[in-house]
Amino acid sequence: MIVDFLIPLISTVVSVSTPILLAATGELVTEKSGVLNLGVEGMMLLGAIAGFAINFAASDPQFADSAPWLATLAPWLGAAAGGIAGALGALLFGAIVLGLGANQVATGLALVIFGGGVSSLIGTGYVGMALQPFDQIFPDSLAQDPVYKLVFGYSPLVYFSFLMVFAVYWFLNRTRAGLVLRAVGENDISARSIGYSVVGVRYAAIAFGGAMAGIAGSYFSMVITPLWAEGMTAGRGWIALALVVFSGWRSGRLLLGAYFFGLFMTLELYAKASGFSFLPSQFWASMPYLMAIVVLALMSARGRGGAEAPACLGKPYMTDA
Amino acid sequence: MTILTRRNFIKTAAAASTLPLMGRAAFADEPLKVGYIYLGPVGDFGWTWAHEKGRKAMVDHFGGKVVADYVENVAEDQSATPVIKDLAAQGHKLIFTTSFGYMDQTLEVAKAYPDAKFEHCTGYKKADNVGVYNNRFHEGRAVQGTIAGHMSKTGVIGYLGSFKVPEVVMGVNSFALSAQAVNPKIKVKLVMIDSWFDPAKEAAAAETLANLGCDVIATHTDSPAALQVCEKKKIYGFGQGADMSRFAPHAHLTAIEDIWGPYYISRAQAMLDGKWASDDAWWGMKEGAVVMAPYNKSLPAPVVAAAKKIVDGYMTGTYDVFTGPIADQAGADKVAKGEKMPLDKLAGIDWYVKGVES
Amino acid sequence: MRIRLEKRREPSQWMQAITPVAAVVLTMIIGAIIFQLIGYDGPRAVKEIFFTPILASYKWSDVARRAAPLILIGLGLCIGNRAKIWNIGAEGQYILGALSGAGVAYLTQGFTGYWIVPLMIVAGIAGGALWAAIPAFLRTRYNVNEILSSLMLVYVAAQLLNYLVTGPWKDPNGHNFPQTAPFTVWQMMPKTILGTPFPPGLFVAFAFVVVFWVVMSRTEYGLAIRVVGDAPKAARYAGFSADRMVWSALMISGGMAGLAGVLEAASQSGQLNLGFPSGYGFTAIIVSFLGRLNPIGVLIAGIVLAVTYVGGQVAQSAVHVPSSSAGIFQATMLFLILASDVLVRRRIRFVPAPKPAPVTAIAGAAK
Repeated sequence: MIVDFLIPLISTVVSVSTPILLAATGELVTEKSGVLNLGVEGMMLLGAIAGFAINFAASDPQFADSAPWLATLAPWLGAAAGGIAGALGALLFGAIVLGLGANQVATGLALVIFGGGVSSLIGTGYVGMALQPFDQIFPDSLAQDPVYKLVFGYSPLVYFSFLMVFAVYWFLNRTRAGLVLRAVGENDISARSIGYSVVGVRYAAIAFGGAMAGIAGSYFSMVITPLWAEGMTAGRGWIALALVVFSGWRSGRLLLGAYFFGLFMTLELYAKASGFSFLPSQFWASMPYLMAIVVLALMSARGRGGAEAPACLGKPYMTDA
Repeated sequence: MTILTRRNFIKTAAAASTLPLMGRAAFADEPLKVGYIYLGPVGDFGWTWAHEKGRKAMVDHFGGKVVADYVENVAEDQSATPVIKDLAAQGHKLIFTTSFGYMDQTLEVAKAYPDAKFEHCTGYKKADNVGVYNNRFHEGRAVQGTIAGHMSKTGVIGYLGSFKVPEVVMGVNSFALSAQAVNPKIKVKLVMIDSWFDPAKEAAAAETLANLGCDVIATHTDSPAALQVCEKKKIYGFGQGADMSRFAPHAHLTAIEDIWGPYYISRAQAMLDGKWASDDAWWGMKEGAVVMAPYNKSLPAPVVAAAKKIVDGYMTGTYDVFTGPIADQAGADKVAKGEKMPLDKLAGIDWYVKGVES
Repeated sequence: MRIRLEKRREPSQWMQAITPVAAVVLTMIIGAIIFQLIGYDGPRAVKEIFFTPILASYKWSDVARRAAPLILIGLGLCIGNRAKIWNIGAEGQYILGALSGAGVAYLTQGFTGYWIVPLMIVAGIAGGALWAAIPAFLRTRYNVNEILSSLMLVYVAAQLLNYLVTGPWKDPNGHNFPQTAPFTVWQMMPKTILGTPFPPGLFVAFAFVVVFWVVMSRTEYGLAIRVVGDAPKAARYAGFSADRMVWSALMISGGMAGLAGVLEAASQSGQLNLGFPSGYGFTAIIVSFLGRLNPIGVLIAGIVLAVTYVGGQVAQSAVHVPSSSAGIFQATMLFLILASDVLVRRRIRFVPAPKPAPVTAIAGAAK
C-alpha cells in the first residue's frame, strides 16, 4: 500500500521540484555575491529552447549512420547548450548592471521579457516537434523496479541537481573562493580594499546563476515534456526566486524548500484527482506563494530583521575612479 | 494565403473603408476574403493546426474565388479585439474566431462592421451577423471511452480536463458512460488544470492520474505532454485534436481529429451564394467533422471492432451515448431509460455522471 | 587610449531627456537589422510596429485603449521607484481593483442610478491600495523585501480571480463558462468618450499626469520621495519617515493600479473572465523606467509602449513576424535605456593609456 501510493507520489514531487531547485541554486550564488537577478524566468526559457534545439539537431536521424554517438550524446549537449544560453542571458544582464551600474531590478525584469521573446522567436520553428525524454540513466532492473526506482529512476538532471546543491554548499562554506564570494556580497568596499575584484567575482556568480537557470529550463523541454511550447516554464522562475529568500540564502534549506514547494504543487493535483474539494482548488494553488510570504515574514521576525540577506544585495557597486 | 505587404495593407484599409458604399456588385468580381484568428501557433499539431488544415482545404476547394488569411497566437483577452478589427478593416467578409475566449471581442467588432459576417467557435452568443459553431466532440469521446473500457486492467481511467465548461463536461460524461457500457464498475478520475495549454502542468496532472491507478488517460488539453507521460509510464492515452502518435507511438491508441474543412467550405459557399445566416451549427461524425485517427496496431481486433461499431452508430444515427438511464454523481436520475438527452440541455450541462470522481 | 567613465558633478539634464529617445531609435535600428538577418522583412516590421499605429487613424483608439492603463499604473510606480521602493506586484493590484469594482457590480445588480459607477471606481482604488498595503505592512513590520511579497501576491490575486469567476460570481446565464455576469448599463462607462476614439481612462490618465507632476515637483511629499530614494541617510536626518514613505508609495501605486483595473473592466470589457489580466502591471514597470520616473516621461513612454503592442499585432498579419516580436522590442528598449542611464551620471572620457611613470600616477590621484 505504502509502496503503491508513496513512491509514485515522491517520484512526481522530485520531477516537479528539480527545475526549481536547479534555478534557485544558481540564483543563490548570484545573490550571495550581492547581485539580485530577477531575470530567472527569462534565462530558463532561453535554456529551454537552446536545450531543445541542440538536442533535436543532434538527434537528427541523418547522423545515425555517420555519427551514431551524436544521438546518445544529444541530451547532454542539450543540457550544456541550455546552460550556455542561460549564462549568456545572465552576462547580458551583468554587463549592464556591473559594467554600467544600471538598476538591477529593472534590468532583471527586462531580461525576463527579453528571454521570453527571444525564446519564442527561436522556438517558432520547433513547435510540434518531439524528442526522446532525457530520462532514466540506470538500467531497467533498478530504474523500473517498483521500490528502487525511488532512487534510481530519475533523469540525470535530477542527480545533477543534488550534486550541485552539495557542491554549492561546499564551495560557499568550505573553500576560500566561496569565502571571497560571500565577503563580496556582505561588504564589497572592504573586499575591494583587500584586493579582490568585486566585479570579477560578481560576473562569475551571475554567469553561474544563469547557467543553472538555463539547465533548469532545459529540464522542462527535455525531461518533463520533451517538446517546445512558448512560455513553457509558466512562472517557475519566480518561484525559484521566492525559494532563495525562503531558504534564508542557505543551500541546505534550499533543498528542503524546493521539495516543500514541489510537494504542495503535487498535492494540489492529487486533491483535485481524488475529488478532495475541502477547500477550493485555487486556495491550494495559491499555497506555495502564500507560504513563501509567511516564511519570509517569520524569518525576518526571528532574525535581525531580514539581515540574513547578503548586505550588498541589489546595491550597485560604486567605484568612483 | 495572401501575404499582406505594407503597401497592400494601407491600400486595402483605405479601400475597405469605401467598400460599403459600392454595394453588392463589387463582390461578384473580387474573391471572397475570409479571415481567421487562432489561439495558438499553426504548428501546434492540435487545436489550431486542425483549424488551419480546414482553412487550407477551403482555399483549395474554391480555387481563386476564396482567399483566406490568418493571425496566430491571439490571446483570449482585450488584445484580440484590434486583431479582429484589423481583419474586418482589411476587407475580410467572413471571419472565424476559433476559441471560446474571443466571444465578446467578436461581438464588439461585429457591431462596428455590420456588413461582415462572424462565426465564433465553441461560443453561445449570437447576433444578426454573428453565428456560432462547434463540433460534437463527445461522439469521439464515446469511442475513446469504449476503447478505454476494454483496455483498462485496473478499472480506473483518467480524464485530464481544462475548465468545468459544458464542452469538457460533455466529454467527461461521454467518456465515462461509454466505458461503463463495457465495464459497469469502471471509475473515471478527473483533474481540471484550469488552462487549455500548460505542458508542465499537464504532465504533472497526467502523472498524478497514473499514480492514482489510471491506466488509460484521455485529455482535453491542447499539448501532447500528457501523452508523453503515458508513453513513459507505459500506459495508454489518446491524442487530442489531431493524430499525435508521433509523440507516443505505443501509448497513442487513437485520437479525435477535428475536421473543419467541410464546415468552412459550406460557410464560404453560403457567402458566395448570398445565403449566409447566423446559425448555431453543431456538426459531428455524420457530417465528417469528427474523425478518429488510425487505431494503434497493437489494439486487439475485438476492441477495434467495438470502436468501429460506435462510429457506425453515430454515422447512421442509431447510437447516442447520452441515452438513458443516466444518473448523476449523487445518484439522482437525470435521463430516463431509453430517452435521449436533448442537445440544448447538453450545451449547458454542468453535472457529471455517476462513476466520475472529481 | 582608453575609455573612462568619469562621474559628473551633476546628473546631466540633457542626457536624461535624450537617452530615452535614443533608446527607441536605436531599438528600431537594431530590430530592423536583426529581423532582416533572421529572414523577415526587417525595416517593414519596424515600420509596422512603430509607425503604422501612429499613422493609421483607425488604430488610434487601440493605442489609446492600451496606453491608458499603462500610464495610470506607470505614474503610481514612479513614486515608488523614485524612492527605491519596488512594487513589482502592480499586476496583482490591477486585478484586485477590477475585482473590487466587479464586487460592487455584483452587489448592485438590481439597482439603477448614477452613483454605481463612482462607487465601483472608489472600490477599485481601495482594492488596489489594500492589496499593496500587504507588502507595505510586511516591509515596515517584518522587513520583508517588497519585491518578493508583492510579486507573490500577483499569483494569489490571479487565483482569487479564478475562484470568483468560476465560483460565487459566475454568470448564472453564462452556460457555466468562467466569467462574471455582464455589467449592466448602470455599471458601465462608455467605451469611448463622445466623438473621440479615446477611452475615458485616457482622459483620467492625462489628469493624473498633471496631478503627479505637481505633486512630485512642487510639494514637500515629492521632495521627500526623491530624497529618500537618492540619499536615504540624509532623508532620515531631515526627518522624513521611511515607514511612511513605504506605506504611501505602495498604497499610491496600488491605488493607481486598482484604478486602471476597474476602469478597464467598467469601460472596456464590461465583464471579468480568466483572460482579464493582460500584463499591464508588468509592462508599466518598463513604462516608468522608460519615462525616467517622471510624469511627463511616463505619459510619452506609455504611448510608445502602447504603440509597440498594437504595432506588434499589425506586424503579425502584415509581415508574419511572430507574436513575440513586440516583447523583444520592448525589452531591447528597456535594456538600452538602462544601459544609457550611465551617460546621465557619468561622461565618457578618452584618456591616454597610463605610462609607467610616477608623475602620471600622482596626477591621477590628485584629481
